[in-house]
Order: sequence, then C-alpha cells, then structure tokens
Amino acid sequence: MKTVQFREALREAMSEEMRKDKSVFLLGEEVAEYNGAYKVSQGMLDEFGPKRVIDTPIAELGFTGIAVGAAMNGLRPIVEFMTWNFAILAADQIINEAAKILQMSGGQLGCPIVFRGGNGTAGQLGATHSQSFEAFYAHVPGIKVITPSTPYDAKGLLKAAIRDNDPVVFLESEKMYGDKGEIPEGEYIIPIGVADIKRAGTDVTIVSFGKIIKEAHKAAEELEKDGISCEIIDLRTIRPIDYGTVVNSVKKTNRCVIVEESWPIASIASEIAYHLQNYAFDYLDAPVKRVMQSDTPFPFSPSLMVEALPNTARIVAAVKSVCYK
Amino acid sequence: MSSKEYSVRMATKMADKPNKTNRKSASGKFSKETYVKWYKDMLLIRKFEERISQLYIQQKFGGFLHLYIGQEAVAVGAVSACKKGDKHITAYRDHGHPIALGTDPRILAAELYGKITGCSKGKGGSMHFFDVANGFYGGHGIVGAQIPMGAGIAFAEKYNETDNVCVCSFGDGAARQGALHETFNMAMTWKLPVIFVIENNNYAMGTSVERTTNVTDLSKIGLSYEMPSFAVDGMRPEAVHEAFEEACARARRGDGPTLLDIRTYRYKGHSMSDPQKYRTKEEVAEWVEQDPIEHVLRVIKENNFLTEKQVEEIDAWVKKEVEESIKFAEDSPLPAAEELYKDVYSQDDYPYVKEYLA
Repeated sequence: MKTVQFREALREAMSEEMRKDKSVFLLGEEVAEYNGAYKVSQGMLDEFGPKRVIDTPIAELGFTGIAVGAAMNGLRPIVEFMTWNFAILAADQIINEAAKILQMSGGQLGCPIVFRGGNGTAGQLGATHSQSFEAFYAHVPGIKVITPSTPYDAKGLLKAAIRDNDPVVFLESEKMYGDKGEIPEGEYIIPIGVADIKRAGTDVTIVSFGKIIKEAHKAAEELEKDGISCEIIDLRTIRPIDYGTVVNSVKKTNRCVIVEESWPIASIASEIAYHLQNYAFDYLDAPVKRVMQSDTPFPFSPSLMVEALPNTARIVAAVKSVCYK
Repeated sequence: MSSKEYSVRMATKMADKPNKTNRKSASGKFSKETYVKWYKDMLLIRKFEERISQLYIQQKFGGFLHLYIGQEAVAVGAVSACKKGDKHITAYRDHGHPIALGTDPRILAAELYGKITGCSKGKGGSMHFFDVANGFYGGHGIVGAQIPMGAGIAFAEKYNETDNVCVCSFGDGAARQGALHETFNMAMTWKLPVIFVIENNNYAMGTSVERTTNVTDLSKIGLSYEMPSFAVDGMRPEAVHEAFEEACARARRGDGPTLLDIRTYRYKGHSMSDPQKYRTKEEVAEWVEQDPIEHVLRVIKENNFLTEKQVEEIDAWVKKEVEESIKFAEDSPLPAAEELYKDVYSQDDYPYVKEYLA
C-alpha cells in the first residue's frame, strides 16, 4: 500500500486508463498547461501531449457537446468541470443527449463518457458555487452517478467509470482533493453500484456519501463513548443505488439515519427512506431520520454556513433520537 | 485567409429571395448519373413525405412531424459531394438526409409508426431517425444540440486521423443558440473537419430571420471566427454540391470547418400543426417556382439523359417504394414490453428500480 492524495488517486486512474486505451482523452478548462485548476491533472500534458490532454475555452455547453459527439463516434472522453455548478450550462448535453442517445438510436450509438469535477460546498464560495448534484443526475435514467469519499474508492471507481460503456457523472469535492489515504501499489477496480460498509456496528445504520461522511465518522466515535454502536454505509454509487446493502443493514440495526450534504426535498435521503419503509417496514424500531443541508441557497457568512451544514452534533442528536435516548 | 477575403466573396451572395438569374448553366460539370440520382432521391424524399403527411392527418401515427419538402436539394447535393465514411447529423427535420444517404424508407416509415422494425427500433420517432451504417448520426430534437455534437463527431475523425468529415446541419433558428458560437470557436481553434450547414428556410417555426437578428445575412456568423463562410443557392443541387465539394476538400486537407448558409425554403409549415400565418401564399409560390425537382427533371429532359418512359419508370418505382414502405410499417409489430428496459444502458444487468410495477 502507499499513501496518496485524493487528487493523485484520480490522476492515477486517468493516466493508467489512458496508457491502456488510446481512445481515452481528457478535456476541460485549465486541465493541460495550467496542470488543472485543482492540480488533478498535474503532469498529464507532459506525459500524453496536447492531443489527449486538451485545454478548452470557457464554454461548458460547447466542449461537453463536442465530447458527447466524440463519444458517439468511438472515443472515450473524460470531461473535467472546474465545478459541477458550471456544468449546469452543459446539462442539455448530459441530460438530453448523453443519457438518451443509446435509447433514441435504438442501441446504435452509445456514449462512453465520464463527466467529473468538484461538487458540493467548498467553503465561502457563495450560493452558486456550493451545490450538490447527486439527486439532480441520479434522477435521470441513462446515466450512472458516483460520489467517492476516499482516495481508494476514488481511484477504483474512476477506473471503472472510464471503462464503463455508459455515461458516468463522477462527483468529487474541492475540499477533498488534498485528503490522504492508502491505495494498493498495483491496479484495482471497484465495481459501480456497490456500497461499502465503512464501519461495522449494531445499533444504528448511518447512510451517507461524499465528504460529509467524515462528520458521520466523527459522530460514530462520539456515540461509541455513549455505548451506541453505529454502522456506516458509504453508498459510493448514487445511481444505481445499492439498496440491498442498506436494507440488510437496517434489518440488523432496526434504525437508520441518512446524512446528505444537499437540500432535503427530492433528495437521495428521501429515496433511501422510501425504500426502507417499503422493504424494511417491519424491521424499523423508529422513523428514519435524515440530517441535511438547510433548505436555502447556501450562505456566504461563516455563521450561516455552520447553520446550513450537517455536522457531527446534529448527526449525534439524530442517532440518539432514533435510539430514543 | 483573412475574414476580409470572405467578406469579399460574400458580396456575390444570394439574395434572400429566390434567385432567378445568375445561375450557372447545368451542362458540363455533372454527369447523367448524378442528375438521375438527384432526381430519384429528391422525388423519393418528396413523395415519401407527401404520403406520410396524409397518414399523419389520418392519425395513423403520432408525435411531431416536420416535413423537409422544398429543401431536398440540400440533402442530395451534400450527399453527392461526400464520400462513404463521412458522417451526417441534423435536427428534427430529418427525413431527407437518411433517404439521400441510402437508408431504406421502409425502416423510416416503421420508425414513424413506432414499430420495432424502425430505424431506431421505434424508440426515436420522426425527430430521432438514426442509421449509423449509412453515416446518419441522427435526428436530434433539441434545437442546436447537434451543433457541438457534430463538431465532436468530427473531433473523433481528426483524433483517429481519418480523412472523414462531419456534415452538421441545422436551421436558421438554431443559428441563434449559444452552442453555435461556442462550437464555432472551438472548431476553428482545433481545425475540426466539420461542415456547418445552415439550412436557411428563413423561418424559425413562425419567426423570420429578420425578426430575430440585427445581422440577417447568416453567412456572416462564421466571420468573427474567421471561418470560411459562404451563401449557397439551396434550390439547386449543383450549387449545393459545389459548395460541399470545396468545404469537404478544406476539411480533408486539415484546414478545418466551413460554414454554408444554404438558402432554401420549406413549402409546408414548421410542423403539421402550423397555420402559417407568418407568410403569404405569394411568397411560398415564388419559391415553389424554383423547385429543385422540377429543375433537375428539366435538365434531364433538355439533355436527353432519360427518355419519357425512363422518367415514368422512376416515378413508378418511387411510388412503389413509398407504398411498400407504408405497408412494411403497418404490417410490422410494435415493440414487446421488455423493450422498455433495453437500450437505456449498455450494461445488460442494470438494476432498474421497478418496484412500483409490483
């Protein structure tokens, strides 16, 4: 094993796949000569040259459409968005074209493409730069959605995404690029659609994904001291959701708290809660609770930011509440 | 070439009205075979659409229906100048292009009917015809979305170092989308082998070009990117073919994209539900006088390319093709229920959320 930063794990995934498959290339704003706005693609221009590591103008709709067309014609593009907030400008190409081309062409044209970039809040960036897109994209049949929370998961899942023949939305975080974690020296793949039990426990199931899962880990440590044992499930893939792992865990713990760094309405938390009441109704000893971001555009001021975000204390309170403690 | 040079070339552009003078003589450049093929293909497009529009009115099939009638010379002139391996993409007015490319009209008719034998297995409908084997990459329903996609198809050709081009067609309405400008910029910067084609029929649904822009000469749109840009007579396949020949050569030798502002006209409404209050009958009649099928037939007769009998044989063949296409469509089965979950993901065992069906 070796210790790498999250960004290095992503870079290794892309570089390994690009070495293997000439049809894989990377394009986006500042990915080449600037070495990546967040240094994910550092050094890749030197290794692969300007034909395969391509700086684009600031034109999300245009360069995403070009990548989608290239994918329809046999290439396997990786599109880096500086943040997923900017990809709203490209949503037409992702939702109307990439997600639907296989169906509308009756199976004649696929779209093997990865869209990736920073997602969610990242400090005091204001409302337009602080949104999470799991629920938006998971809503759309035809695409797959991944949100890793560790360098290990990031590398294994990004490699799977690049090899996948369907369009994949890959959601990272500006706040996580510097996170360190262990990965194997050699090559490995993590299959899409499989959740990971990050912490085994017996009293409560906490379901989460992405960087906010760190708060769940802190809460679990704290709750341990109070004698409450938490099982933490990292969904990792948001479409398709590994419902089975969640349901099986709740059948064991009989309690569930979902922690999501996004707005409450039509969220991934609502989706999980629906499945639990449908498939684990008789096993639940308490209503399913969720800890969410505030139902407001994300604020700028530090005091309001604290108010808006899920945090350890709120998760602890929610867990205690479902334990009636 | 500088943009100034292109401005000069455009000084001889077509007027916005049909051009009755200053047309090149047909003789010489194009062979008998080319004229006969143009005639056959244009007539097939025209008769196919006339027939399906009747069936649509009789509610034999649903969805939107946007007819290409009047614009046939654009598709056949483009195709005759292209080669196998070139790719074509367009918007939802997409019946003409695949026919010109050689798609069997039977599978197009079946697609209109939503049948499993359709060119898109009944999953696309009128607006989403696809025939990749013949180089047709759709049929796209979002106005202007195919502009960057067409550039992307060309990007892949350049990446793979082929000499294929992508013909990327859209209407004058789509020319107002921001995606066009983003794409023109990148296509020129990266010298992509793409030919951008404005099938300029002067109306974005019911809104004329002059009501949507300060720059009514759409061929100028390419100039701020220094893209070679030309206005072309879209009622004459000869003019279309020549413009494409030059544009294809430019793309194939690595010099990048061309913009062709092809002045054409749709005789019918935007879609079948269009009362066409935005234009006069006189205006329509003026363009119909320039009809490309009549023109090509005239050239064929003047040059004795075909006898009367041979022309009649073609007409009869077209009629039979159309009737057989409709029969094929009507006799074909609808998709079975399990088709709903096919072709959404290429992953065979994708775990769809299906519990609501239980």
